[in-house]
Amino acid sequence: MMKAQENIETDICIVGAGPVGLFAVFEAGLLKMRCHLVDALPQVGGQLSEIYPHKPIYDIPGYPRILGQELVDKLVEQINPFRPGFTLGERVEAMEKKEDGSLLLMTNEGTAIHARVLVIAGGLGCFEPRKPAVDGLAEFEGKGVTYMVRNPEALRDRNIVLAGGGDSALDWTIFLADIAAKVTLVHRGDTFRGSPDSAAKVFGLAKAGKIDLLLHSNVMKLHGEGHLRELSVLTGQQPQITIPADHFIPLFGLTPKLGPIAEWGLDICQSAIPVEPSDYATSIERIYAIGDINAYPGKLKLILCGFHEAALAMQSAFKYVFPEEKLSFKYTTVYGINAF
Amino acid sequence: MITIVIIGRDGYREQLEVPININLSLMEVLRAAGYPVPGTCGGIALCATCAVDVLSGNENLSPALDQELDMLDTLPESNGDTRLACQIRLGPALDGMVIRLNGSA
Repeated sequence: MMKAQENIETDICIVGAGPVGLFAVFEAGLLKMRCHLVDALPQVGGQLSEIYPHKPIYDIPGYPRILGQELVDKLVEQINPFRPGFTLGERVEAMEKKEDGSLLLMTNEGTAIHARVLVIAGGLGCFEPRKPAVDGLAEFEGKGVTYMVRNPEALRDRNIVLAGGGDSALDWTIFLADIAAKVTLVHRGDTFRGSPDSAAKVFGLAKAGKIDLLLHSNVMKLHGEGHLRELSVLTGQQPQITIPADHFIPLFGLTPKLGPIAEWGLDICQSAIPVEPSDYATSIERIYAIGDINAYPGKLKLILCGFHEAALAMQSAFKYVFPEEKLSFKYTTVYGINAF
Repeated sequence: MITIVIIGRDGYREQLEVPININLSLMEVLRAAGYPVPGTCGGIALCATCAVDVLSGNENLSPALDQELDMLDTLPESNGDTRLACQIRLGPALDGMVIRLNGSA
């Protein structure tokens, strides 16, 4: 369901609320520029919070050892005086350049963010479903092929083929066994590393004839006219068999992809955004890319380098936010932090 | 120097010479040598864009740890010989190994 539309006005919109995006708020705040952060994850911190909150980091200057989540908490404390806005759990889908040069961003939930400068601090990008090499897969996307189960009722009394060997493949096989006309699980191996309980249930269902379990098997080709109708499966060295399928749901985990950012007309090179090494400006004026997502000669994917990039990018962005003013460089030790 | 034989996705076969004391992962070396190995996640067994099939020399590798096994388990195209190159540290024992680029992701 769409939520009520929200319109946000800000100086700088930062896409990605990882450590580098967070610190950019601080560097912008020193120059009196207001920031709004957007992240597809429901919490701030990016990889640090999502992937290694309890892992120690050893290369943050001044901290011989700090845990991922501790660093995030300290960054949030550090940027608090500059009162950033947050849109979390939403993904920026579209970017539009206005006549005056400013930028309008739109999220998948309909939030509109109007900013003078865009900073892409997207890290690895978004996590999207990993797609197997199956003939016809793209052709039937949305016409029987889905990478997640959104509405199980739509699958009632249909022929469902799932592929994969992880927990989600097991769990959905068990769940759909009661709903679908027929469930077939295709797995390239013969063991499951997922929860032993779920694996035992799936083997039990197969033994009882409630599902079909095809081990040492791969889905090779999809067939149908307009909508998926059947698919070919290769089991071991046997000739391929064809089974009826109204829906094919490959569940092979998630992999980081650049996502919609790739469609905005920026130069992209090997899933990274090439930037000017002097201020991390991209090929589009008023758009900067900092942290793991950018590329320039000598680039190191370190949090420490991302912090440096944030500082330089914000100094460069000043001219777009305050075109009439002269940028003067100030030390926090001399001038302190002037909170908003 | 150690030599690694690399078989590409479209079947080409090349030898890559690597200094013995380089102390990098196989992913970093492949990427630096210009092979189509993105290593998107930077070597934390998260994206599997560095997956390789080890055709020869598997016995000289240290066994995969849980995080790598979990990731290998989710890949559509992986078999008992598939490893994540980012989890393989180069050393003298790897001399002569033969790998095929998998790149399931």
